[in-house]
Amino acid sequence: MARRTVTIASSVGLHARPASLFVQAAAETGLDIEIAKKGEEPVDATSILAVMALGAEHGQEVELTAEGDGADAALDSLVELLSRDLDAE
Amino acid sequence: MAEPSSATLSGARVGIGVSPGTAFGPVVQVAPPVRPPAGEPAAADPEAALVRIKAAFEGVAQDLTARAATADDTAQQILTATALIARDKGLIKAATKHLSAGKGPAAAVDAAVEDYAAQFTALGGYFAERVTDLRDVGSRALARLLGVPAPGIPPFSVPSVVVAEDLAPAETATLDRSLVVAIVTQAGGRTSHTAILAAQMGIPAVVQLPGATRIAPGTPIAVDGDTGEVTLNPTAQYVEDLVVRRRRRTAALVGSHGPGVTRDGHPVALLANIGGVEDAVQAAALDVEGVGLFRTEFVFLSSERAPTVAEQAEIYRQVLTPFGRRRVVVRTLDAGADKPLAFANLGPEENPALGRRGLRLSAERPDLLDSQLEALAIAARDTGADVRVMAPMVATAEEAAWFSRRVKENGLPKSGVMIEVPGAALRAEHVLAEVDFASLGTNDLAQYTMAADRMQGELSDLLDPWQPAVLDVIALACRGAAVTGTPIGVCGEAGGDPLLALVLVGLGVSSLSMAPSKVGIVRFALSLHSLPECQRLASLARDARTARDALDVVRAEARTGLTEIL
Repeated sequence: MARRTVTIASSVGLHARPASLFVQAAAETGLDIEIAKKGEEPVDATSILAVMALGAEHGQEVELTAEGDGADAALDSLVELLSRDLDAE
Repeated sequence: MAEPSSATLSGARVGIGVSPGTAFGPVVQVAPPVRPPAGEPAAADPEAALVRIKAAFEGVAQDLTARAATADDTAQQILTATALIARDKGLIKAATKHLSAGKGPAAAVDAAVEDYAAQFTALGGYFAERVTDLRDVGSRALARLLGVPAPGIPPFSVPSVVVAEDLAPAETATLDRSLVVAIVTQAGGRTSHTAILAAQMGIPAVVQLPGATRIAPGTPIAVDGDTGEVTLNPTAQYVEDLVVRRRRRTAALVGSHGPGVTRDGHPVALLANIGGVEDAVQAAALDVEGVGLFRTEFVFLSSERAPTVAEQAEIYRQVLTPFGRRRVVVRTLDAGADKPLAFANLGPEENPALGRRGLRLSAERPDLLDSQLEALAIAARDTGADVRVMAPMVATAEEAAWFSRRVKENGLPKSGVMIEVPGAALRAEHVLAEVDFASLGTNDLAQYTMAADRMQGELSDLLDPWQPAVLDVIALACRGAAVTGTPIGVCGEAGGDPLLALVLVGLGVSSLSMAPSKVGIVRFALSLHSLPECQRLASLARDARTARDALDVVRAEARTGLTEIL
């Protein structure tokens, strides 16, 4: 299983537009991807409601996990996405 | 209020006219949110039910995606995000759980939506606002599942009258002006947001119309936004009369332009109420003498943090520039528990209308007021505009003095107060001694004088600005203003009622600010009456026993050149 930790760069946290972009990108990988805040239950990264309900704020760390072929590459691209201030773009 | 029987569905009925003008067209009914049927049995075949539920959500997602394709940027983002909600696996999973727990398909969808709604409500703030989107998706999926019309405004291509229980401000704001000839609602009040927005957009509107939602779609109706009269299946003669009246009115107004003035030459400035940059550009292109009320809330409400001085100054410049040398009266931030700010939340209050709102919020957060005044001073200097600043919800002379000092310290030349608290009206002589001008906020003044919540449509009769008690309070404020020699105007919706405008001028008001669409008829009304005639009408209105009597006597005594086109 592939695993990455990343700090949310988006100034509004992981909701609104950033959440929407992240969920779409996760769904496009076609893999089972989960996202969790430190010490919390992981949730489905392709569910907009679950990702928003996570309530990940700017500056918080989240952990991404994925299974299957291309999991490492998929997580790398998602980490890159979360490291940008998506709301400012 | 008695519901009309179906026998009257062909006749006329009366609501409250809140945006002037007349219109005729077929009815488009705005469908209410869909709810699951009461006592729905458990799904006989949960597998099949799940397939139907998935198809319903997918249909909603496709609808939203299709709409996004033709929408502008902002709407596109919102619609795309909402489509993602409709495709959410978590929602389907939750629905599956409720199906196997023995719920019917519609109830399972509703319960799944409510699971997430509860989570989001608990998270508060931004998330709580998304509950509306979530429930909208749920309601659309239910409509597909149950085979009923989707909630909201159905697509239509013929100019029509939009009829609804009530319209959310966002729904009103996104109406296509070229297709919507009038708005009719069953709920709402004369100062509801629907009413204010419709007047701003120049669309005739009637609120509080009994039985409005039961009018069959497609029924031809005639709407009179002045009298509040709505006629179903009107005769050709009625429509003809309506058209004649409209033509007469247009003809009367064509010859009326320039500054407001009574027949005997007494000037009464006619000003526009605006709430943003777009309003400013539109109003400035019209025949108005400036702005009597610039509501600045929008600068703050959409933001998660306090806007900087530079950001504010830029917005104010855009509002001031179109008006050139004409006056612009700016009301400082009027927020409170009912219009909470993300960055200045003083917590929930039992009675927001009586709480720490308006100037009271500024007293708690003087930093917000100072940054606003500083930004206004910069914008005024850059544009050379005639900027006058006033505070909302002033109750005492000390408050007026405190505000005035801050305005002057920031280098702005003119300070004023809103008179919307009866206490301030009673003591106008002392309150107004502290400032350069005053403006009567008749909507709030009526609410506080009659102790009637202006958001409650059912209390419209009490909130009627023709209430003799409200006129008495206005008269007292005007008397105080006369003692101190302070100009006093009106910036509530009352100023846009041509008959009431005559009364207000008779009471001593020297400027009237209103939705720009109402300026023409008010200018015309003033041009037909002398100041002594206005004073006589004011005295007749104050002598009346009821609001109805006050209106009737003024209508009867005003010049027919005016009343025949109302």
